[in-house]
Amino acid sequence: MQALIALVAGLLFGIGLLMSGMANPTKVVGFLDLAGNWDPSLALVMAGAIGAALPAFTLAKARRQCWAGCDVALPTATRIDAPLLLGSLAFGVGWGLAGYCPGPALVSLTMGSMTAVVFVAAMIAGMAIHALLTRPRSPA
Amino acid sequence: MSIAWDAFTPWSSLAGGVLIGLSAALLILGSGRVAGISGIVGGLLKPGGPDTTWRLAFLGGLLVAPLLWRLFAALPEAQPVAGGGMLVVAGLLVGIGTRYGSGCTSGHGVCGLSRLSPRSLVATLAFMGAGFATVYVVRHLLGA
Repeated sequence: MQALIALVAGLLFGIGLLMSGMANPTKVVGFLDLAGNWDPSLALVMAGAIGAALPAFTLAKARRQCWAGCDVALPTATRIDAPLLLGSLAFGVGWGLAGYCPGPALVSLTMGSMTAVVFVAAMIAGMAIHALLTRPRSPA
Repeated sequence: MSIAWDAFTPWSSLAGGVLIGLSAALLILGSGRVAGISGIVGGLLKPGGPDTTWRLAFLGGLLVAPLLWRLFAALPEAQPVAGGGMLVVAGLLVGIGTRYGSGCTSGHGVCGLSRLSPRSLVATLAFMGAGFATVYVVRHLLGA
């Protein structure tokens, strides 16, 4: 049941990305180009998404169980630390260079884009590097 | 700054955003999980990591979306802005950065802001700021 709900959520997310313009790197960079000919569209993507998700997260905070019977796993970290800041800054630089963030890059894989294939391969390599560097060390 | 009114797509962007928000709402209430794409993918890269099934199901849905879309309409335009080595550098930065930063546009931007997390607000301001600065440098200082 949990997997079925996740499948529908993934599908909905993908259609939302396509409809919104997020899957077009040129449109994304057009939004990030504040000093140029600025396309404000993507601010509306964020406004629409938060408008729709905010009531659900407010409700989720008060619930222990999800509809599928599982626990509600909201993030527990609250510290604003160097990894959060430096990681987010690095992500922003990569996003600005290619116009892809993780969701749109993945969706673009099945749009037949070789550009997305190269980007996603590099992105997964980056995530794997992080997993290697942060893996728990076995006691000596 | 000037506004690119010819490129501005308020209604489709707002509607697409609402669908993304409904997806995040469905996942947190239905499956009890946060729709953070970098976290969903990153979790699969840890051997023996938790929740493999729903992660794969969510990514399956994401990848099927364009195929389903194409049954009813032409896929929307998608023009790349970078190629070759730049694409690899950008991908590595996004991969490493989203994992150290514990999230991306979806996890921090959509879900984090929707649950009013100060940590996600800081992360979102940081990656948006870095994105604005990067495009400024590339387009207006380097003229690429």
